[in-house]
Amino acid sequence: MPQTLVSLEATAKVSSPCEQFTQAFRWMLFGRLLDEKFATLYRGGKIHGGVFLGRGQEAVSVSVGMSLRKGDVFAPLIRDLSGRLAFGEPILDAVRTYFGSSLGPMRGRDGNVHRGRPKEGLVPMISHLGAMIPVVNGMLMARRFQKREGVGATCIGEGGTSTGAFHEALNQAAVEKLPLILVVANNQYAYSTPSSRQFACDDLIDKAIGYGVDGHAVDGTDLTACLKVIGGAVENARNGAGPQLIIAKLLRLCGHGEHDDAHYIDPKLKKSTLGRDCLKVAEEQLVKQNWADSDLIDRWRDEFHQKIEEAVALVQREPGPDPFKENWQAISSTHLVEMHNGI
Amino acid sequence: MSITYLEAIREAQAKALADDPRVFIYGQDVGSFGGAFKATKNLAQEFPGRVIDAPISEDAMIGSAVGAAIEGMRPIIEIQFADFSTVGLNQIINNAASLFWRTNVSCPITIRLPSGGTSGSGPFHSQNMEALYAHYPGLIVMTPGTVEDAYSMLLEAVAIDDPVIFCEHKYLYYHLKAEKLPSEAMPVGKARIARPGRDLTIVTYSAMLHEALAVAEELATEGTEIEVVDLRSVKPLDTDTVIASVARTGKLLCVGETFPFGGVTAEVIARVATEAFDLLDVAPQRLNAKDTPVPFHPNLWAAHRPTARSIMSAVRNLLQN
Ligand SMILES: Cc1ncc(C[n+]2csc(CCOP(=O)(O)OP(=O)(O)O)c2C)c(N)n1
Repeated sequence: MPQTLVSLEATAKVSSPCEQFTQAFRWMLFGRLLDEKFATLYRGGKIHGGVFLGRGQEAVSVSVGMSLRKGDVFAPLIRDLSGRLAFGEPILDAVRTYFGSSLGPMRGRDGNVHRGRPKEGLVPMISHLGAMIPVVNGMLMARRFQKREGVGATCIGEGGTSTGAFHEALNQAAVEKLPLILVVANNQYAYSTPSSRQFACDDLIDKAIGYGVDGHAVDGTDLTACLKVIGGAVENARNGAGPQLIIAKLLRLCGHGEHDDAHYIDPKLKKSTLGRDCLKVAEEQLVKQNWADSDLIDRWRDEFHQKIEEAVALVQREPGPDPFKENWQAISSTHLVEMHNGI
Repeated sequence: MSITYLEAIREAQAKALADDPRVFIYGQDVGSFGGAFKATKNLAQEFPGRVIDAPISEDAMIGSAVGAAIEGMRPIIEIQFADFSTVGLNQIINNAASLFWRTNVSCPITIRLPSGGTSGSGPFHSQNMEALYAHYPGLIVMTPGTVEDAYSMLLEAVAIDDPVIFCEHKYLYYHLKAEKLPSEAMPVGKARIARPGRDLTIVTYSAMLHEALAVAEELATEGTEIEVVDLRSVKPLDTDTVIASVARTGKLLCVGETFPFGGVTAEVIARVATEAFDLLDVAPQRLNAKDTPVPFHPNLWAAHRPTARSIMSAVRNLLQN
């Protein structure tokens, strides 16, 4: 297991809009293709547990990952593969966790989207929605005690905004004036539940004022807008402006998970601008700006396909965890482990 | 000079703050006000910026403690009353308790729970939560019943690299006094023979320790010698000391202040019955609170939880067998 997050283009300084957009697009494409690979493996029965895709949310996610630096905190959620890659998560961490490889960061003890490297600022989510926000707050409070720099970003869906945890944590961040960037992808559905059954304000952005935090609305299908708005919010937080709430509007372009055919999604929404595929929109933009042509994009696609196939081939040969060699110990204080463990 | 159980808790926190710059305290009203019970009295003044008032957000308080621990801090969270820890239950059992197992990153947080019944406190300011938290892997659960343990175990809780649920008993806050703070301590995880005896073993912890000791005292005048085992921590649970005591007495009564279903008394009896059945002369017994919420009125409250009287009658029944 590599000891650190890879310092890819992600953390390198990007100078021009062309460079930034191109890099972002590449991470989106990489994330999309890797997601699709996981979906294929899932359908082939090769993956235990669920597979949740970021399809349609890559522009938002990648903008978070790219706006953060080494030393910042990122707590991604289920639809953030692109953002993870842009933040520096090695592709092997992802593949190993889906396969439950004992060489991965979670060693088969947790799987799939539940992965990270807490000591390197990549916080592994628990399932309970909203629960990661205060963890990021605490990491930022610690930095304040320790006089260390850094901001923290975390993502959630509009459904997750209805939890008590979301409310407590955003309020806490506001009271403590923490450099928290809270990115809500309003993809119109929480599993099958439409937004109208989730909240009653006109727009989630209206909540920002109630919490006393800066609010930013953005079209989540437009990479240029996402990079600008999310990047700007991250800079604001870095400059001491306190918590930043971002509401990105878009549509989930897949089932809730790969087990779900999403038959309930309103066809009108699919045809609206909300239903645009951010990856396609970005690709058109790339070509229109003359930043890339379709040949180059095809070559990128091949490059990523090859990386993905190599990673999957490698990990499929790796051992899963061995229950007989497992250290069944839930605390780190070995001297306090119950002798009666397992009766 | 004498020091109360509550003052011992305050002194332990002062020492932890003084000795270790990674320690901070976070909880409702803990700052300049000094806490609802004054367990953090003057600490905000003595340690500026390190004793912080929290909003009424137990989930966020404990979630942020987990985050701070990941970054190398050692937070002490004061929950105003143990009962309110249920609002932070998710963070305790799913984030804090699972972190080390999942990620190999330890989670050194201490959650102080002012626990247990005092007359008139009613259903929502009287609960004991140790059984609930002991159920979950990944947590240490301490239940100090003496001033000395309140002090030394709280210091150890802060030093331990895992999440510790520190159940401090409100009834003992002012009632219990010691001459001075201890200079040495038994290790966490070891039960203590609070009173030796050869006729019957009472296993208990926290405030019930003193009810049991009162019973032992009274029976001694009749020539009956009760051995009282103070568990000190319920997780880990020192089964060896319990079984060694049962080996001496052959009779076991387990007393807990909280509800009867499952819990610490059931666990102790299950372990003794499965591992040391042959040492028992008679069926082991347990005494707990009634299976209702904790009542408000003193008449009901006194009948709801075990007392020296009810322990006495349980002991007499067992001895007659
Ligand atoms: C506290 C909690 N309750 C229920 C669930 C089950 N659950 C998982 S994802 C989900 C829907 C989430 O919707 P949303 O927050 O809008 O995010 P999206 O899936 O649309 O990205 C639900 C109900 C959960 N994970 N956590």
